[in-house]
Amino acid sequence: MTIRSAVVTPGEDLRRPEISRGGRAAAAGPAGAILVLLLMACLPYLVEPGLTSELVTLCYLVTLASMWNLLAGYAGMVSIGQQAYIGLGAYALFLANDHGLDVYTGTIVVSAVVALVAWPLSYLAFRLRGGYFAVGTWVIAEVVRLVVVRFDSLGGAGGRGLAAVTEDPLLRRAFTYWLALGVMAAAVLGTYLVLRSRLGLDLQAIRDDETAANSVGVDVTRGKRVIYVLAAAGCAAAGAVICVDGLGVASPGQIFGVQYSALMIFMVVIGGIGTVEGPVIGALVYFLLDKYFAQSGVWYLVIVGAAAIAVSLYLPRGLWGTLDRRSGLAIFPVARRVHGHQGTARPETRT
Amino acid sequence: MTWVNTILQGLLLGGIFAMAAGGLSLMFGVMRIANLAHGDLMILGGYAAAVSTLHLGVPVPLTVLVSMAVLGGLGYLLQRTLLDRAMALSELAPMMVTFGIAVMIPNALAEVFSNDAQPLNIGALGTASIELGGGLAIGWFPLLTVVAAVLVLTGLHLFLHRTQIGRITRATADDPEVVRLMGVDNLKIYALTTVISLVTVALAGTLYAMRQGGVTPYEGQLTVLFAFETVVIGGLGSLWGTLAGGLVLGVAQSAGAQISPDLPLLAGHVVFLLVLVFRPQGLFGRSVLA
Amino acid sequence: MTGLELHAVDAGYGDFQALFAISLHVAEGELLALVGANGAGKSTLLRIIAGSLRPFRGSIRFDGADIADLSDIRRARAGIGLVPEGRRLFPSLTVEENLRVGAGTGRKGRWDLKGVYEVLPLLAERRDRRAARLSGGEQQAVAIGRALMGNPRLLLLDEVSLGLAPVVVDQLYAALPDIRTSGTTVVLVEQDLSRTFAVADRLCCLLEGRIALSGLASALTRAQVTEAYFGTASVSAPEVTS
Repeated sequence: MTIRSAVVTPGEDLRRPEISRGGRAAAAGPAGAILVLLLMACLPYLVEPGLTSELVTLCYLVTLASMWNLLAGYAGMVSIGQQAYIGLGAYALFLANDHGLDVYTGTIVVSAVVALVAWPLSYLAFRLRGGYFAVGTWVIAEVVRLVVVRFDSLGGAGGRGLAAVTEDPLLRRAFTYWLALGVMAAAVLGTYLVLRSRLGLDLQAIRDDETAANSVGVDVTRGKRVIYVLAAAGCAAAGAVICVDGLGVASPGQIFGVQYSALMIFMVVIGGIGTVEGPVIGALVYFLLDKYFAQSGVWYLVIVGAAAIAVSLYLPRGLWGTLDRRSGLAIFPVARRVHGHQGTARPETRT
Repeated sequence: MTWVNTILQGLLLGGIFAMAAGGLSLMFGVMRIANLAHGDLMILGGYAAAVSTLHLGVPVPLTVLVSMAVLGGLGYLLQRTLLDRAMALSELAPMMVTFGIAVMIPNALAEVFSNDAQPLNIGALGTASIELGGGLAIGWFPLLTVVAAVLVLTGLHLFLHRTQIGRITRATADDPEVVRLMGVDNLKIYALTTVISLVTVALAGTLYAMRQGGVTPYEGQLTVLFAFETVVIGGLGSLWGTLAGGLVLGVAQSAGAQISPDLPLLAGHVVFLLVLVFRPQGLFGRSVLA
Repeated sequence: MTGLELHAVDAGYGDFQALFAISLHVAEGELLALVGANGAGKSTLLRIIAGSLRPFRGSIRFDGADIADLSDIRRARAGIGLVPEGRRLFPSLTVEENLRVGAGTGRKGRWDLKGVYEVLPLLAERRDRRAARLSGGEQQAVAIGRALMGNPRLLLLDEVSLGLAPVVVDQLYAALPDIRTSGTTVVLVEQDLSRTFAVADRLCCLLEGRIALSGLASALTRAQVTEAYFGTASVSAPEVTS
């Protein structure tokens, strides 16, 4: 889509600047992404089940990272309490399962239910801003955990198992993988669609200057609330996937653990905050790090923390943001670029 | 009588929360940094004390000083190497840095010292108490903690309001660009602020470790919540509010424990959320650092 | 050479250039008034002198020393005091605390709390009031007093009268002679031409980032300055030097 600018700058060059979304890959990007997803959907027929099992993890990591990016990268809300919704998603799936829903329908229902829970909770969290908002979300997550633990029917402090979807382990793995893949596709494409909508424009205004956005008629709080609720639904779906993948929840302390927030922050910061592609890259980086270095024990987490610090300080746009800026590449073009008189893309006008 | 005792014990517990929250409040007030690593730095302070007596033979009462010196020095390095740079980048960056530190500290402690508690035993002082009659007793050590908290917060208040460097610190909180026109290096003020914040958190951490009889790596995840809750309950930017917030949180946890042994955390969090709903500016909320 | 001397200074923000080849000289103890339309570059010029903004090119000398590489902090300590645009008080501090912070330059001299209260008497009555709760004129007085507390040898005043009632501005200007008795050099930005002519030794008119006219106030006429202000002078504007 190209918007002709109405402003003509007087001068030697009368060619109008063009504002367009995206770079070279503008139309090919989303189509390519869908192609990749379709290919991934065929994988259970093509590769060893072990690989798809590992990909389940990658899928929910991408989902989680995309949700955190939506919150922090586009709506300026740094949450360290998304584990509230991951945990609720997992536990709600038990309830859905108890009522005879299959995991696919269950995951959809669970996301909707958790969104309904997140809506009122947003009023609590939004009383605080910045770092205090972050800690407020954490406290909310703790409260949710402490309340869930009190229900004996949910297994109390001991966690709970989920009845297997099917007896056939091969089929179970495939089913789990398709669920994880579907949730991931919804998260990434959903993020992309949200950002290209009117809401995306509002968010852009909020992120640039909240006060100014407010004064030109952007309903800042409403925009943030919608994102908060969407991100909760996405995290709940990821929680459901984690629950299905693990055949239940080992303990509330694990599924409601703040380490999920640490993970999300790490992935988004490394990949590139405020881009659709960044969280995917970040999740991939974390997935590989985890695969090859997790056995090196706790030092590995120390290095994860140090890497997050180093990237925030020395590569604040993350891996994708840096690459994107240098090359003008974008698979999911949500940025508007001005093609000026010299015909060069000006990355400063990213949106 | 049980309830009177509960409230009394809660007030005594609140002293530590207030002290820990004072440094958090100061850093946020001056630099707008919400230090997510505050709880873990507190625990690190406890480790500095415990390790110095275990491995270096420092007498237990002096471990407080060791801990304060170690964390003060760490605070200076932290500000100069990481936070100054982060503050110049964006609002998000300082939060990312402190969160990264919050991930590093407990895991590094666990790796070096294992998950076992590092003991910090204060001997008879830990159990000595003043009998008030009627089954009421005030432990000497908790009392000492509350007195220390009051002293720390009073000291901070006097520093900020009665000294030239304190006034300059408050001015820097208001407008860091303009203090430079007065020949003041705002970065030095930031370094001083972080040093003071970490020295007080070292004190809080050491007293916390002494109270518990030792310290384990992952306790910072709880103490950071307590510190933030204390600040919010008391009201952002109010040091006396911070003291009150600590006492309220202490009493809430103590009352929760009185009802059921698994309730103290939930009771504390619920009081925090109630304050958010009904009095979001906190009990003593003011819009400015005071 | 004493005083302030700028030579061929280009400056601006990012890609935007606000000042072009500015050269000027203010002798010690002189008062230079900068006039010009909004956006002509007056505030930018003051920021360049105070060091809040670095020039792209050009030299800045203060009392014979090249200060182009000194930070704003070092320049404040060297005796350059800026009363910034918009006053920029410390709102949560009281009047007296604002003044005391002004002494952060560590410079000794004629100005202390007592001296400032004498010259700006309305501040003495409000000394314990928070700066956020002052009127515009009171705030401006605090901003001037705060800069004086640093005992500057060069005082830069940015639009002291902006948004204030004339009677309040009169009170503030009444302090100027007192300030100058100690030999302080003053550079001020003022929109009101009659006021400018009343106080200035030297005038410098900026037009779109360039010096359109400069000279001794006594050698210039209002008509010349008005022409330079609006850029309606003939193409070769007469450079009146002295």
